[in-house]
Amino acid sequence: MWNYEKILQYPVKVSKNDLEMAKYLYAQYGGPDSELSAGIRYLTQRYFIPTDEAKATLTEIGTEELAHWEILGTLIYKLTEGLPVQALRDAGLGAHYAQHGKNLYPHDAAGVPWTASYIQSHEDPIATLHENLAAEQKARATYEYLINLSNDAGVIDTLSFLREREVVHFQRFGETLDIVRDYLENEGGRRDY
Amino acid sequence: MTREQLEMLKELMALDFYVLELSLFLNTHPNNRQALEDHNMTVRKYQDLKMDYVRRYGPLCIGCVSEYPWQYIETAWPWEIEY
Ligand SMILES: [Fe+2]
Repeated sequence: MWNYEKILQYPVKVSKNDLEMAKYLYAQYGGPDSELSAGIRYLTQRYFIPTDEAKATLTEIGTEELAHWEILGTLIYKLTEGLPVQALRDAGLGAHYAQHGKNLYPHDAAGVPWTASYIQSHEDPIATLHENLAAEQKARATYEYLINLSNDAGVIDTLSFLREREVVHFQRFGETLDIVRDYLENEGGRRDY
Repeated sequence: MTREQLEMLKELMALDFYVLELSLFLNTHPNNRQALEDHNMTVRKYQDLKMDYVRRYGPLCIGCVSEYPWQYIETAWPWEIEY
């Protein structure tokens, strides 16, 4: 189960409204390599993965990604808050407004809705963990593009924290892969292919 | 939100994060005694500070004790706070 706490994992401070940046940040709110993809991917992959270390890592990183999803939502909210409709239109968010008003929706930076086909879940733990290592690197790269696009010190600070988390997750998934490989070689040798 | 409350909240956020980071490390290094000690010490600090914060400023979760009337709905939502 999950429990909600009314706190963010990291503070979000923006110095001014920036609708264009809000639009770009949708890449990590509902894009292919978004926090939403990451959270749903890891939490779905848990059930048939061998080793307790792997189950714990998927559960905990999956949960942390949902906390990051909330940070992205907060960034978009704060960058958008209080602006007139005309401003949304000028920034290319008119189509978003037509379908959702000012509220958030899980789509990417170009408005394409989130889909489960962004993620994969295999019984094979080697395939699964390699997917996750790639996902963490793609998310890291996306954060670097977003940092390059921003000129707001507060936004850059929060994005840098999120980028750093992807590096840590990559490290933990790498260790998990070693543990699972070890397990397959020593104990779980029999495979059904 | 007063400056004092915000500072306390940020300290709580930092401790919460440190617990998560240490536990993530422990998931793949369960035999690391130093990390485990750091984890347990940080958990105690976090729990003490959270209890203190909730007593002063109200619940952060549905499992926090509340004064009358139900205070959970009144405390600030994370996306509305000026950090
Ligand atoms: Fe991640």
